[in-house]
Amino acid sequence: MFELLGIPPQALFGQLLLGLINGAFYALLSLGLAVIFGLLNVINFIHGAQYMMGAFVAWMLLNWAGIGFWPALLIAPVVVAITGIVIERLLLRRLYHLDHLYGLLLTFGIAIIIEGLFRYRFGSSGQPYDNPLPGGHNLGFMYLPNYRGLVVVASLLICFGTWFVIERTRLGSYLRAATENPTLVRAFGINVPRMITLTYGFGVGLAALAGVMAAPIYQVSPLMGSNLIIVVFAVVVIGGMGSIMGSIVAGFGLGVIEGLTKVFYPEASNTVIFVIMAIVLLIKPAGLFGTPR
Amino acid sequence: MPEAASVDYLEVSGLNAWYGESHVLHGADFSVRRGEVVTLLGRNGAGKTTTLKSIMGIVARRTGTARFEGRELLGLPSDQVARLGIAFCPEERGIFASLDVEENLLLPPKVRDGGMTVDEIYQLFPNLEERRRSQGTKLSGGEQQMLAIGRILRTGATLLLLDEPTEGLAPVIVQKIGQVIRELKARGLTILLVEQNFRFAATVADRHYVMEDGRVIDQFRNDEVETNIDKLHEYLGV
Ligand SMILES: Nc1ncnc2c1ncn2[C@@H]1O[C@H](COP(=O)(O)OP(=O)(O)O)[C@@H](O)[C@H]1O
Ligand SMILES: [Mg+2]
Repeated sequence: MFELLGIPPQALFGQLLLGLINGAFYALLSLGLAVIFGLLNVINFIHGAQYMMGAFVAWMLLNWAGIGFWPALLIAPVVVAITGIVIERLLLRRLYHLDHLYGLLLTFGIAIIIEGLFRYRFGSSGQPYDNPLPGGHNLGFMYLPNYRGLVVVASLLICFGTWFVIERTRLGSYLRAATENPTLVRAFGINVPRMITLTYGFGVGLAALAGVMAAPIYQVSPLMGSNLIIVVFAVVVIGGMGSIMGSIVAGFGLGVIEGLTKVFYPEASNTVIFVIMAIVLLIKPAGLFGTPR
Repeated sequence: MPEAASVDYLEVSGLNAWYGESHVLHGADFSVRRGEVVTLLGRNGAGKTTTLKSIMGIVARRTGTARFEGRELLGLPSDQVARLGIAFCPEERGIFASLDVEENLLLPPKVRDGGMTVDEIYQLFPNLEERRRSQGTKLSGGEQQMLAIGRILRTGATLLLLDEPTEGLAPVIVQKIGQVIRELKARGLTILLVEQNFRFAATVADRHYVMEDGRVIDQFRNDEVETNIDKLHEYLGV
């Protein structure tokens, strides 16, 4: 067996995989935030709570209705997306013409209410959720649990699928155009308000999907979203607010960097992302892939 | 006796419009018949753009009436106005930077049958086809104007609202746009054209309205332009 800078390969690749898995969730969540921010001009602070709701809906489906992981993968995001659509229709819609700050404050408040309700009902401790795909493969240099491999691959597919739809299809051209000039797109006959509602629903659904995928890895708990979302906002800032590719690259990249930091300099592993954020903000305030606006 | 062809296609009367508290249109009246090219002339700030935007439903606060084929437009959101068959080409052209030329061209959805095909539009504006993969805003000003006009020809809209399509363009491109407007008229489209350049307007239009301070203050048939040239100079401050 070889060693790298005195680090055993098992530890190195183990942390690399852990970094990739965290990165997969960073990417999924920051992608949803980017899609929402692009079109709605709202910094969706409910995103972490919606991720948590996805995990909880999967947990409830399993424990209360006996519906397992695979159907939950579809049902939970749809359920949570519908709650998002209601929030958009009733509340967010009224703030689009105002500064970002209003949307941020509203969504921040809603997030606190939702998390409070879940804590009230379920307490703060985590609930386990069984691994739907036990077992794994020994790759020689490391052991790869099947489910974790699946999460990384699925997240990559979802991220690049979303990128493809937005950057390369007709539907995506509507979205890009409406992000630039919604008034004109609407004057061409496109129902922009409906598009905004569906886009919000999609972004929220992505968060919930990430939550379902996270349930078997992390525990299902009311605070799982608020712990994660702080890091995700740093990822968004580094990638560039509203940039699709930026959120994907920064999500996976920072997950890996965080994992490697755990190997080489564990003391910094909790802060490395924020240090990078500070540096990026100083050098390129719009983020790595962002355009100033 | 009015014949079918001379019935008002677009009829605007008593049109008032506001931006917030600022009252910009004060009862504008005019009409356009099917198949006509009609211009709104007037100095900067007269309210021409606001008039088009009010018809389109882009200005939120309006009173009065604007009827298209007999249907009231005020009160409809702009996507529904477009779906009735009205297309808008804005003064600032509104080419999307995040879309390439062809995506810009394909953006406005079809609202009626009988629009031009993409090939026909490329025949009309060969430059656009050569540059179809370029970013929309990388085109020259003239090409962007052609793209802004070209993209609404696909939709099948039968009433086109063109806001100063010749503004800031070189004479040969202005000529080309004049030629295109005449061709569109020959195809049976109805056009409401906002212009400050009445020399150009006189080469394409059937009738002209003059706006000032948010009202229509005068009108001419195109064959009356020469005899009223002094008045026009005065109205337009040229
Ligand atoms: N978005 C706006 N907000 C406030 N006032 C506006 C706005 N757009 C135009 N105006 C004002 O409305 C008046 C008419 O403008 P406009 O319709 O653009 O004139 P024109 O197209 O004839 O040059 C002008 O006094 C202009 O300053
Ligand atoms: Mg104008």
